[in-house]
Amino acid sequence: MNKIVAVSGVVIRELYRRKDFYVLFILTVLITLLAGSANFFNDHSIVRYLKEICLMLIWISALVVAITTAARQIPFERENRTIFPLLAKPISRWQVLVGKFLGCWLASGAALLVFYVFFAIVSGTREHSFPIGNYLQAFWMHWQMLGIVIALTLLGSVALTTPAANVTIVFIITLGILFVGPYLHKVAIRMTEPSASLLTGLYFAIPHLEFFDLRGLIIHDWPMVGWLDIGAATLYGWLYCAFFLIAACLVFRRKALN
Amino acid sequence: MNAILRTDNLRVEYRTREVRQGTKLALKSLNLSVNAGEVFGFLGPNGAGKTTTMNVLLGYVNPTGGAAYLFDVNVREPIARQRIGYLPELTYYYKFLTAEELLRFYAKIFEIPKAETEKRIDQLLKLVELEHARKRPIRTYSKGMQQRAGLAQALINNPDLLLLDEPTSGLDPLGRMKVREIIQRLKNEGKTVFFSSHELGEVETICDRVAILHQGELKVEGRVDDLVKQYQCNLEQIFLKVVGYNAE
Repeated sequence: MNKIVAVSGVVIRELYRRKDFYVLFILTVLITLLAGSANFFNDHSIVRYLKEICLMLIWISALVVAITTAARQIPFERENRTIFPLLAKPISRWQVLVGKFLGCWLASGAALLVFYVFFAIVSGTREHSFPIGNYLQAFWMHWQMLGIVIALTLLGSVALTTPAANVTIVFIITLGILFVGPYLHKVAIRMTEPSASLLTGLYFAIPHLEFFDLRGLIIHDWPMVGWLDIGAATLYGWLYCAFFLIAACLVFRRKALN
Repeated sequence: MNAILRTDNLRVEYRTREVRQGTKLALKSLNLSVNAGEVFGFLGPNGAGKTTTMNVLLGYVNPTGGAAYLFDVNVREPIARQRIGYLPELTYYYKFLTAEELLRFYAKIFEIPKAETEKRIDQLLKLVELEHARKRPIRTYSKGMQQRAGLAQALINNPDLLLLDEPTSGLDPLGRMKVREIIQRLKNEGKTVFFSSHELGEVETICDRVAILHQGELKVEGRVDDLVKQYQCNLEQIFLKVVGYNAE
């Protein structure tokens, strides 16, 4: 475990010494502050739309941070050849991969926490309420969703040749799952065989990232979700993470590094 | 003598990109053994198979046939690398880390206790004369400084066997001398050093034994003094004879 933690520590250091996160954070802050300071027709319900926009920005920023950080890990290690002195130590490839995953996940979680805290402060000052439980559940589920995306990106990074291709493909897959995934089985009902079975199979095979989207709790002040459901969804997310990581390890194990 | 590095009929084939060629034989049944406390020079022209051998020893490439062992453990097992230090030809380190962060990171991989790690970092940075720059990111170092940081990371686990891939390549004469001094010092401490180099004069000065590889085959192996006596010429001339170079 020490070796995995050591590798993850380097990933976290890299993230906070690079500028990507700061740029995204400043952009989100500026847009949130601008949107938050606007007062449209003295309509108080407008706050909900503003919250929705800000949370959407946080989702996009978090996805950008998570995908770009995870996508460059292994290819940059190979390109800069830092993988060679690392693998010359008593560490196996699966430990490197899991360390990279842990580092990306923790770093993305830290970045996400900064976004959420900032959003909670801005939103709280406008609405004079801090539904901490709702924020906690939304943040937790969002973080678990990022875990799945990071694991998928790492799989892409060992299977595909360039980080750019990987980033593009993972973005398309993630957005596809988020926006189209929930309706696949409904579309399948109207199709003929074998397409209908294939699409239904795909519906059950893909990780349903929309399960992790609890923005509604914050935007509409809905009551909190049961902790048992949160636990089940977390387990569901971890299973997908494990699946993608095992697949990534199997691909990476066979790669000749020369 | 007990061999701490051993290859038994090591064979490596690469799949080439050319359609007709199919595979390329990089190593043909290489049998090599390096004994404890030796400084062993691994020589050969470019493309001879030196890097491939290093890659197998470090677990980057799996052999097509035969096997390689470090301390009698098959190199396919990561634990085989617990007691080795490796210095690559060029500096391949995380440039956003400082020298002490880099050493701390590698110490964690070796699971060295914290107090011991700090002690070793101080000793090593003093040994490679990087104490003054220990808190600066590696990207701000000169090439010589980066190579010395590399040497420090190779020594963080107090290895019994050092694998050095052209350790003085690209260094100025002063840098070369410093690296040579460190190798000599390690030899005096009873460490085993296995290093590849094109600097034959340097090899002749430092090494106890050498092996010359050509086109994936081991052509010559033996003590430097014995080879010089046998061939009646210096190591550079022996090397040229072995690789079939004839200066008219």
